[in-house]
Amino acid sequence: MSSDQHGVGPEIGTGGECQEALDTLYRFLDGELTEDRRSAIQAHLNRCSPCLEAFDFEAELKIVIARRCRDQVPDHLRSRVAQALVEASKTFDGPV
Amino acid sequence: MADPATFADQAMEYMGSLYSAALRMTRNPADAEDLVQETYLKAYRAFGGFQEGTNLKAWLYKILTNTFINSYRSKKRRPEQTELDDVEDLYLYRRLGGLEAVAASRSAEEEVLDHFTDSDVKAAVEALPEGFRMAVLLADVEGFSYKEIAEILDVPIGTVMSRLHRGRKALQKTLHHLGERRGLVKAADLPS
Repeated sequence: MSSDQHGVGPEIGTGGECQEALDTLYRFLDGELTEDRRSAIQAHLNRCSPCLEAFDFEAELKIVIARRCRDQVPDHLRSRVAQALVEASKTFDGPV
Repeated sequence: MADPATFADQAMEYMGSLYSAALRMTRNPADAEDLVQETYLKAYRAFGGFQEGTNLKAWLYKILTNTFINSYRSKKRRPEQTELDDVEDLYLYRRLGGLEAVAASRSAEEEVLDHFTDSDVKAAVEALPEGFRMAVLLADVEGFSYKEIAEILDVPIGTVMSRLHRGRKALQKTLHHLGERRGLVKAADLPS
């Protein structure tokens, strides 16, 4: 169905294999598919460049989210927690 | 049984991840710091019950999440939003479509992602309703498996998958709005 018009964006077929690939996109990217399922989707991506591009984009976005959501721990928090644990150990008799 | 004397040695290395997650959850540095400290203290006291050799990071995240839900969320006295508007698949990608590639190795759509700043992405994540936000954080930022996320959030795996699916699409919609406002992406029909 490569002649499908989507109005906006690159064309991704709506039928059969493309839809199946799209339905498993997140499980594929999250490494949650069985090996058989994974290779079937990979085989589709190898022959369907619109799907491959969409998958690449989503994979890149996942990386961007991970990279952009890192924060530096303030030094005072490190020492505060370390101190609190030392204090706790003084009054701590053992596991409850 | 885990020895409390070894707790700090094993657990301190996760503070960076825990603090980042705490910031996204509380959206406030002072609360995030308190939440991290409380998490470490609770974990220390409960460490005897931790099974050595199982996933310490996931265990710490479960304590962080529970502490947040019990102590911090109640402050707002707002019911948790459990629904999100339905957003189509590939929302952002489809709207960036048709851009001319600058470099051959990466698509122009991917190039646009480079222009989002840390604060753009953090704001988009923090705009998600809590349950969706935690699922996205645990999967995308921390790389936990669906099974681990289900255990941390104490929900079925199917719920994890649906929250991830809907949360990620809502996140894309927010990023797209931010991109429009910043002029990174073409404004289609921006309300005046």
